Amino acid sequence: MRDTLLDVEDLAVSYGSGANVITVVQETGFRIARGESYGLIGESGCGKSTILRTVAGLNPHYEGRILCQGHELPRIRAREHYRAMQMVFQDPYGSLHPYKMVQNVLAEPVKLMGLGDVQRRIDEVLHNVGLGPQFKFRYPHELSGGQRQRVAIARALIVEPSLLLLDEPTSALDVSVQAEILNLLTRLRRDLGLTYLMVSHDLAVVAHMCDRIAIMQQGRILEELTGGDLRSGRMTADYTREFLTASVPALACY
Amino acid sequence: MTDPIISIRDLNIHFKGALRTTHAVRGVSFDLGHEKLGIVGESGSGKSQTGRAIMRLSAHTARVCADRMKFGDVDLLKASEKQMCAIRGRDIAMILQDPKFSLNPLMKVGDQIAESYLTHHRASKTEARERALAMLESVHIRDPKRVYDVLPHEVSGGMGQRIMIAMMLIPEPKVIIADEPTSALDVTVRRQVLTVLDELVDRTRASLIFISHDLNLVADFCDRVLVMYAGRILEDLPAKDLGKAKHPYTRGLLGSLPRLDKPCDQLPVLCRDPAWLTEPVRSLQ
Repeated sequence: MRDTLLDVEDLAVSYGSGANVITVVQETGFRIARGESYGLIGESGCGKSTILRTVAGLNPHYEGRILCQGHELPRIRAREHYRAMQMVFQDPYGSLHPYKMVQNVLAEPVKLMGLGDVQRRIDEVLHNVGLGPQFKFRYPHELSGGQRQRVAIARALIVEPSLLLLDEPTSALDVSVQAEILNLLTRLRRDLGLTYLMVSHDLAVVAHMCDRIAIMQQGRILEELTGGDLRSGRMTADYTREFLTASVPALACY
Repeated sequence: MTDPIISIRDLNIHFKGALRTTHAVRGVSFDLGHEKLGIVGESGSGKSQTGRAIMRLSAHTARVCADRMKFGDVDLLKASEKQMCAIRGRDIAMILQDPKFSLNPLMKVGDQIAESYLTHHRASKTEARERALAMLESVHIRDPKRVYDVLPHEVSGGMGQRIMIAMMLIPEPKVIIADEPTSALDVTVRRQVLTVLDELVDRTRASLIFISHDLNLVADFCDRVLVMYAGRILEDLPAKDLGKAKHPYTRGLLGSLPRLDKPCDQLPVLCRDPAWLTEPVRSLQ
């Protein structure tokens, strides 16, 4: 096995206290190797986004251990921990500040991480996500949905993370734009040697992007499958089969 | 086709802005009979604007003009606002995308369904309540008596959408316009909601206009599909033949979907041809 980049052990997350405790994630664990792309899939409320937010350090109240490159991450993260993993959110309309030019959106994480050479980094990262230098001086409302998602990916990439956390990165986009963004993510992973942890409820998208896929239900990982397992129907849980039937496209023969 | 229920010829919608006028819908023509008609296209292709124009619910900045836009014998362009109020809801109903934003957050869901019945029918409150409860049952809600008294924030997305369907179908409209009714829902819940919608549409013998960006869903659910691009209808074909679509745009949309059975490294990306903006509607016939 290649070296493990992210190791999640016995992760449990619950909200509320006393009699009102709701356990959202129950004793879950998984490992992601460096350069791998790992997918979490399930319906809303199954805890997949909670896992992602917890891994990102947005939720300090959890039990279990999260290890990055063999070192346990503290509940309260330091700057270099944030630099190692960056997140891309679902809704490109909500995740960019409406009053900030792309230039400032991209400069902020560089300054926060204390890295220099802002202009060179911005030019390089914009080129990487397929946007020209003229986009530096645009506001989010002057961009299309796909372009905004490219800026959001650029913002995550500018601090050179090794792990990218993708929270339904294409579910707010049209199918034609979705294809462009998925292609971009595939190319970036290959060129920059990134590792992905991707959350989605679209089975076809996850199967296209990920080497291994975990099916979640009610806070538990039911099973882990490879893309090949999924395609040939090698699954053990009934829920996975049900999920597959619900998402198999009607147009099987075009 | 025998007497279309809705007949539209050369519908144009312009949005006048301070600097430029946007031509959102350009010369759309179609007839709706007793069928399930799907309208697909990317965002900004004018599919929702077409749906809204039929209900005369376009934004006040929109200029809507058409050679003909008729619902039965009623001219939808010339009808008075009073006439439209009678038509909206009773004859033509609209199901919107997100139940979270389209239900009244301060009113019990049951009362909202009953209100929709009372607006268009002379009935006592008890009768409306009875009908609302029956309607909740027919959208497969297990405990209608309990659900009648809950507020919209207490229900899940799938249940909220079924409540919307109940509310829109209780006056027994002749035409239902469903604008992306399931895009806010999970795949597993989506199927459930569509089954409910399908059942009720068949039972009430209504016609359906189903607006969606999901080609697979439309192919599965509708009888006929209109493919829209940049405010125009590019292709008009039976839903079961969507896979055989000829137009490069439709083919491009189909091709850009990731496939479970055919893994690939890079997905094909749509190349847009400016000629699509002017060429006539294609159909398989």
